[in-house]
Amino acid sequence: MSQNKREKATPPAWPDALYDLLRAEGVTLFAYVPDAGHRVLIERSLTDPAVKSIPLTTEEEGVGVLAGANLGGARGVLLMQSSGVGNCVNFLSLVKSGKFPFLALISMRGDFGEGNPWQMPMGQATQQVLEAMGVVCLRIEKADDVLPTVSAALTMTYRSGNAVAVLLTQKLLGAKAF
Amino acid sequence: MAESATTQTRSDRNYVLDRRQAVPALVGDHRDFLIVTGLAGAAKDIAHLSDDGAHVFTMAGAMGAAVSIGLGLALAKPDRRVLVVTGDGELLMNVGALATVAVMRPPNLAVICVDNGHYGETGGQRSHTSFGVDLEAMAAAAGMPATRTVSKGDEIAAASRLLRESNGPAFVVLKVRPGDPPAFKRNMDAAACRVRFRAALLGT
Repeated sequence: MSQNKREKATPPAWPDALYDLLRAEGVTLFAYVPDAGHRVLIERSLTDPAVKSIPLTTEEEGVGVLAGANLGGARGVLLMQSSGVGNCVNFLSLVKSGKFPFLALISMRGDFGEGNPWQMPMGQATQQVLEAMGVVCLRIEKADDVLPTVSAALTMTYRSGNAVAVLLTQKLLGAKAF
Repeated sequence: MAESATTQTRSDRNYVLDRRQAVPALVGDHRDFLIVTGLAGAAKDIAHLSDDGAHVFTMAGAMGAAVSIGLGLALAKPDRRVLVVTGDGELLMNVGALATVAVMRPPNLAVICVDNGHYGETGGQRSHTSFGVDLEAMAAAAGMPATRTVSKGDEIAAASRLLRESNGPAFVVLKVRPGDPPAFKRNMDAAACRVRFRAALLGT
């Protein structure tokens, strides 16, 4: 049972390595809506003097912030939960119209082993909604796939100018305990 | 009792300035700023003023995004002054962005809300500000350190200085009467405008 909980005895090593990867690839803006799945990235960005860590009132602000950062030549990442994907749709029209590079790391709810029925509708629609707005989705289910997948996403975003969402599934993160 | 959408409010008497003169007077030399605009009237005001300049990014959709785009730009280019020019309806659609700006406190960001109390692009329906919603008070309560409401011509010069000199994000509500912005045909291709903006600013 405890394997499916986020509170594990030994925290996984990939979040710290993921932060280091994002920084090595020149990401200097971390826009976030608080989320347990992104705890390490958020905490490290808040204590890193070389980055701007931006708390958002709603996920869609982060879409705008990353677009503005691109106008100014900076690279950003949006850290959010799947439950906030619906909040982003309006601003994703900016991303699509302007062909803005866009990178979101999305921790999934309403996914494998979800115990909160309110999370299911958006969780199950997350990928379709993103794809409908032109965002390429890459799903991660295993810890070993985190770094190669995010590395691929960074290339697709900042070299070839795509909008990309990396979906950190509940198989990877574990379902939240209630 | 709630007012009806046709009732004259006490605040209507504040909506006297003509945006076609007041916006250029408040902005001053537009080349002092990198500018992000909201859609519709604010976009036309600034596109006309700057002749659709490469230091300007105007929106024509994604309503509510202007302040967030300006924040991202200000954080990315701390050595440049960034100005957001938007309307009351556009700002109200994502007014929480003011809270985020206040928390981040970029010293190089200024926001003008051209407030005519109406949704000019959709047939002139009244917006919340014409019923008394006070965007300057909301910005101040969020923690924006420099706020101002301009409703008379002799208040413009001081507000124009505030946009340039405040050490912390500035927020200016410019009350104007409902009326057409200047007619101007701007480039509506957002991707082309993004490339143009980056080329002028970054040389890339």
